[in-house]
Amino acid sequence: MPVAQGARAQQHSLEAWQDPKARPIVSIEGVTKAFGDHYAVDNVSLEVFQGEFFSLLGASGCGKTTLLRMLAGLETPDSGHIYIDGADMTHVPPYRRPVNMMFQSYALFPHMSVEQNIAFGLKQEGASKAQIKERVSEMLRLVRLEPYAKRRPHQLSGGQRQRVALARSLAKHPRLLLLDEPLGALDKKLREHTQFELVNIQEQLGTTFIMVTHDQEEAMTMSTRIAVMDEGRILQIGSPSTIYEYPATRYVADFIGSVNLFDGRVTGGADGQVFVHCDEVGATMAIAHGEPLTAGTPVSVALRPEKMTVTDVKPESDVNVLRGVVSEIAYLGDVSIYYVALPNKTLVHVQLTNLARHTSSPLTWQQEVWLAWEPENGVVLQT
Amino acid sequence: MMPPPVPSSAPLSPPPGPSSPTLLGYLWRWLLGFPFVVRVRGLAMGTVSWGRAMVTAVPFLWLLLFFGLPFLVVLKISFSQAVIAQPPYTPLVEWLDDGVMTLRLSFQNYLLLAQDSLYWMAYFNSIRIALIATVCCLLIGYPMAYGIAKAKPAFRVPLLMLIILPFWTSFLIRVYAWIGILKNNGLLNNLLIGLGLIDEPINMMHTDFSVLVGIVYSYLPFMVLPLYATLSRMDDSLLEAAADLGCRPGKAFLTITLPLSMPGVIAGSMLVFIPTVGEFVIPDLLGGPDTLMIGKVLWTEFFSNKDWPVASAVAVATLLLLVVPIVYFQKVQEEGAKRAEEARK
Repeated sequence: MPVAQGARAQQHSLEAWQDPKARPIVSIEGVTKAFGDHYAVDNVSLEVFQGEFFSLLGASGCGKTTLLRMLAGLETPDSGHIYIDGADMTHVPPYRRPVNMMFQSYALFPHMSVEQNIAFGLKQEGASKAQIKERVSEMLRLVRLEPYAKRRPHQLSGGQRQRVALARSLAKHPRLLLLDEPLGALDKKLREHTQFELVNIQEQLGTTFIMVTHDQEEAMTMSTRIAVMDEGRILQIGSPSTIYEYPATRYVADFIGSVNLFDGRVTGGADGQVFVHCDEVGATMAIAHGEPLTAGTPVSVALRPEKMTVTDVKPESDVNVLRGVVSEIAYLGDVSIYYVALPNKTLVHVQLTNLARHTSSPLTWQQEVWLAWEPENGVVLQT
Repeated sequence: MMPPPVPSSAPLSPPPGPSSPTLLGYLWRWLLGFPFVVRVRGLAMGTVSWGRAMVTAVPFLWLLLFFGLPFLVVLKISFSQAVIAQPPYTPLVEWLDDGVMTLRLSFQNYLLLAQDSLYWMAYFNSIRIALIATVCCLLIGYPMAYGIAKAKPAFRVPLLMLIILPFWTSFLIRVYAWIGILKNNGLLNNLLIGLGLIDEPINMMHTDFSVLVGIVYSYLPFMVLPLYATLSRMDDSLLEAAADLGCRPGKAFLTITLPLSMPGVIAGSMLVFIPTVGEFVIPDLLGGPDTLMIGKVLWTEFFSNKDWPVASAVAVATLLLLVVPIVYFQKVQEEGAKRAEEARK
């Protein structure tokens, strides 16, 4: 466990997933699904609680969509169990689950109007005409599509279709809404806008959302918790800040945001710190770590670009200091990015916020600089 | 068949005469709307390139030569009268000695068609058999097309090949084969007697039943292929979405798959219905003397009675009868293409 986990636990003591008495709305137990000899989902267990916005994040082919489809009942697990609201749903067909899904392609019925699409699920329940009418107009209001009720899907823009798909999947008051790349087909600007809209709707309704995405920014912005997946396994589950600040593995650290990774071996430790010697760089780093590690353990040190400083004056301390020369500078307005080449040619990515207005950067190309960081700002990852 | 007026993309010059919508003005605009006229005008005004015009000219000339002209010949003969001569009909246009041209249009053939119940019955029976055959093809062909569309990709091509394979054998031989199967001491009767299911052979040959069997067998691929085309293009996630929204598979088929496959159903039905109405070979080989179909009547008029004018009139009337479903088919096809284009956007 990372050292500051305790502090975070305190900060989030009200969150359901840290309450031992809370009963999960979804619980996946040891679920495995193979296609041929390829394990799409490999012994995955996780719990999702009422009102969460939970993201399954990973590169394409990591098994996140298969896991979501098993929750919807569109795929059957080879082994393991899926409980929704305490009931075993592992082999229940999709049309009998208290779950609705928003498909990546939206899967709107092309021969039905917007209204009819939204009413489709309610009709299956055998709701009365008046009930259906009321619920449909409620949903149209929610996604602001009232003027488009009579249109067919092909007469709508991509963003409007996305909202119809959302309204249709929410119409039946599902206990759980599954979203497969809900913003994947939208252009960048619309996507950013829709992110907030989707979170607002989720908070307004209190429905539990489980979303699949490959976009880490999207997952960070929208989720209460994220499960990072790779090769059918869950690598880490945590809040966006936990995942970012305390990645559990090299893959997670690398997948979320940018990171500098240094491979080394543990040489010792003291006062909640671990000393790691990196042969490549030829330096020993002191990094905060909750539990002492045995000397000789191979580890990686992860340093985020914005958690380091770069100066042209040699810092007084010898610990956590690296010498290098500026190789590339990118001025992005709000921040500047420096690539500093260490003596062994490793490039270190550092990001500085441009706080003052007219400071022409004191650093220039090929200038000798020193990188420094606090022990708390690094993460030791066991490989 | 009249091509429907198509609005021209090129700006139209105002019609001659009064600009108020007179009958003549309408007629003029209607004429300008013809694709051919639009193209020729476009060429003259430089809005249509020659290369483009040439591409459409080839099929246009083909149709003109092998459909338009022969049809005009048939139309001409249908207005003449039968004579025992070479050719066996009277000319429409005659030159008299003193430089007078006479045009004799005989409507007798058409009157005969309208008055003699034989022709009415033949038309009615042809349409009845074509309708039954179309429904049978649909009922047999839909599950076949659905099965192929839902089969694993590796099986689809072999299954489609099995549908197309009969075309590699002569149509005539395949219809003849049904005689061997359906006749009184044929394959089917012998099998049923051998199994002890019947004591006496069932008379199946030379009935409407044998004609229907032949037609359904021969035209089934024309139903299966367009149905397969629409069904295989259907997005499976629509059925998943329906199931996700609480719809059972059977109901999902009726509310999603079936309505979305209507273009295929209509295309297949037209491809079976239209040629079946005029079908001659199958009723001739498998039908009996009392199987009255318009194709057979036409053949009899032409070859047995040597009455070319009546035969021509029968042909023209058949064509006019089929114009309605053909135009409808055309419209559905165009709408389907338009919808597909919109969906792509």
